[in-house]
Amino acid sequence: MNLAESVQIVSFGILSVMMIATALGVVLLSNIVYSAFLLGGVFLSISGLYILLNADFVAAAQILIYVGAINVLILFAIMLVNKKEDFSTLPNRWLRQGSTAVVCIGLFALLGTMALITPWQLSTTSPAVVENTIVVLGEHFFSDFLLPFELASVLLLMAMVGAIVLARRDFIPDTLPTEEATSTSLTLPERPRELTTK
Amino acid sequence: MIQLQYFLILAAALFCIGIYGLVTSRNAVRVLMSIELMLNAVNINLMGFSNYLDPGEIKGQVFTVFVITVAAAEAAVGLAIILAIYRNRNTIDMEQFNLLKW
Repeated sequence: MNLAESVQIVSFGILSVMMIATALGVVLLSNIVYSAFLLGGVFLSISGLYILLNADFVAAAQILIYVGAINVLILFAIMLVNKKEDFSTLPNRWLRQGSTAVVCIGLFALLGTMALITPWQLSTTSPAVVENTIVVLGEHFFSDFLLPFELASVLLLMAMVGAIVLARRDFIPDTLPTEEATSTSLTLPERPRELTTK
Repeated sequence: MIQLQYFLILAAALFCIGIYGLVTSRNAVRVLMSIELMLNAVNINLMGFSNYLDPGEIKGQVFTVFVITVAAAEAAVGLAIILAIYRNRNTIDMEQFNLLKW
């Protein structure tokens, strides 16, 4: 075993232990802000695993999108719904959690044995055959994956418009709106909740 | 040398942690975080297969980029839905979100 392989194995061990520990922290910690920051740790260690798998571009994209966008979005959502509420205790809560844990451990055992006993058709070519992954990825995007690539842009546009429409705060007027005001085009009808409920 | 099986077992562990958090957590934001964990487990599987079974043309990485795109869209819309529910019900407890339950 030369130096490169031992470095790979040691870094794989460190990254996998960090990933599992932070993922357990995300699920098990009671403070949700700690969970959100530990989620960033999960994403960073997964990015390190991608670098071990010879994927530099996807590792950078993982950090940019997950840590830079999704994690920040989750933190903002936590701040917007920042409400200290004590959840009402459910009957048989330990039974739910115990049965879920048993099912999850069973699923993990099933998947682990499946991964170990399956004879994988490993490729004989060296994994470092691709010199520049960005070039190969770009060729895939603009030749045989062109339609999914364009559909992804439409999906992102739809998600942006949908998120704005869903998360917009309702406008509460002082008086009840007249019929002409609500039925004009280019304005979405908004429900004056406070005035109609009282 | 690191084998393909290590990455698969690691992804399986992350997926199971995500399922556990998805079922047991009562905070709605934590449920979204568990969904992100599960999507990342799938990504690790795709990248492992791409590196070990198909190193010439890395189609697994292409699929991983698409999964990341869909995850970003899902996070934005999901958090917007949670904000809307929070304004209506004034809680983020998953046990209270039973409007559609007969």
